[in-house]
Amino acid sequence: MSHSLFYLLSFITLFFALLVVFAKNPIHSALYMVMTFFAITCQYLILNAQFLAIVNFIVYMGAIMVLILFSIMFLNLNQATEPQKSSLLKFAGVISAGLLMLTLVGAIVKTGGGDVPFELIKPDIGLVKNLGKVLFNEFLLPFEIASVLLLSAMVGAVLLAKKEIN
Amino acid sequence: MDIAFIIEKLILISAILGISLVIAMYTTLAERKFAGFFQDRVGPNRAGPWGLLQPLADGVKLFTKEEIIPTNANTFLFVLGPSLSMFTACITTAVIPWGQDLFLFGRQISLQVADINVGVLYVFGVVSLGVYGVMIGGWASNNKFSLLAAVRSASQNISYEIAMGLSIIALLMMTGTLSLREISEQQSGMNWNVFYQPLGFLIFMICSFAETNRTPFDLPECETELVGGHHTEYSSMKLGFYLFAEYINMFVSSAIMASLYFGGYNYPFMHLISNPNIAALLGVAVFFTKILLFIFFFIWVRWTVPRFRYDQLMKLGWKVLIPLAIVNIALTGAGILIFGK
Repeated sequence: MSHSLFYLLSFITLFFALLVVFAKNPIHSALYMVMTFFAITCQYLILNAQFLAIVNFIVYMGAIMVLILFSIMFLNLNQATEPQKSSLLKFAGVISAGLLMLTLVGAIVKTGGGDVPFELIKPDIGLVKNLGKVLFNEFLLPFEIASVLLLSAMVGAVLLAKKEIN
Repeated sequence: MDIAFIIEKLILISAILGISLVIAMYTTLAERKFAGFFQDRVGPNRAGPWGLLQPLADGVKLFTKEEIIPTNANTFLFVLGPSLSMFTACITTAVIPWGQDLFLFGRQISLQVADINVGVLYVFGVVSLGVYGVMIGGWASNNKFSLLAAVRSASQNISYEIAMGLSIIALLMMTGTLSLREISEQQSGMNWNVFYQPLGFLIFMICSFAETNRTPFDLPECETELVGGHHTEYSSMKLGFYLFAEYINMFVSSAIMASLYFGGYNYPFMHLISNPNIAALLGVAVFFTKILLFIFFFIWVRWTVPRFRYDQLMKLGWKVLIPLAIVNIALTGAGILIFGK
């Protein structure tokens, strides 16, 4: 049951991810990306990771994609002004993306598994209580460092955006 | 899963959907009646006794109006916008506990559609999704005023979601659970959260006003600057959906405020009633009374306070509410440390 659901969701995810790339209109791209995130949220739900699922829903679908839509609406109101990249740049992009895919595929093949369906060792690890305990006991330092990293990125962005007074 | 369970949930879902639609319908009438009262007018009184049929007349009018889709609008997204608004407004009620369990036909019937253990976060998720309806509709109309309204509502929602989330963290520190049912159960009798979290409640309420686009934060449909805001180009029932979604949102956020801070279905001396069914039904009645009082408050504020200017709105959100919410978290933490829970 969950096995076939996984394949269905993977198909939906990849389908919308491809549409994100192929859509002509940037707004449509962003909306397809919302659908992609929604499918990924469902994937988390199958793995019984409720907290991760709902946070993915709130943060990615509810906040980040709204901001992306917001900036597209501001910046790219007509499609004619879209800058055209030179073919050299496009070529370089294709090669680097291909290399990235090669690395990812290699990494996944190396881990083994393959046909065996993935089984969770502790099925209720994704519940809020267990996740909180793990995050604030075993992984406290990396967690705090990650939050400081985010804070510094935010301060940096504010500093860059600030008008200089002279 | 047995058949009885499915039937029970189906009845519950239809009842809740029906009740929320009827309440939203009559909130429109109540709003106009109270507006009349506040402005020393009579208000609608032609359709039926005391104007009671006015919402029906409005509904028929909206359904029979000509449906216009602008030539340069994106048709699919133009239709998707109001549908999404209505959809997100209706699905939040799934996690609200409407009352204690009923015992009927030898079964224990829960008056909550789904008791998921991340209930509060689910509400936030749906709230953050709600802005898409306005954004998509505003953009697809191909109208500069609609677009401005869409952009405004996006930034307003994002800004106030932060303060809302921070204000709820203090509450969660006290309750120690994300399930709305458990939060309601903890407030039995008069042990309501608002007595422990007055500041948190104030912040949460202000943010709910902003999230439901109600005055004084109704910038996305500010008539004086933006014609009709995000629904300038809409007509017929698609316009009706946008207007109606606002009233359902009001009902839902009143229900959330009542169940998070004002004890939900709890009332004083409830443990004295021995029959569990009567106690539960009284609880439902009390809960709806609380919700209606909150809806009245929404209306009262709308006809009392003028609209904010856009920069004032942002200043209030970022420079007042967010720091206050953080102070509230620190105070709650100190309180828990000193007094225990």
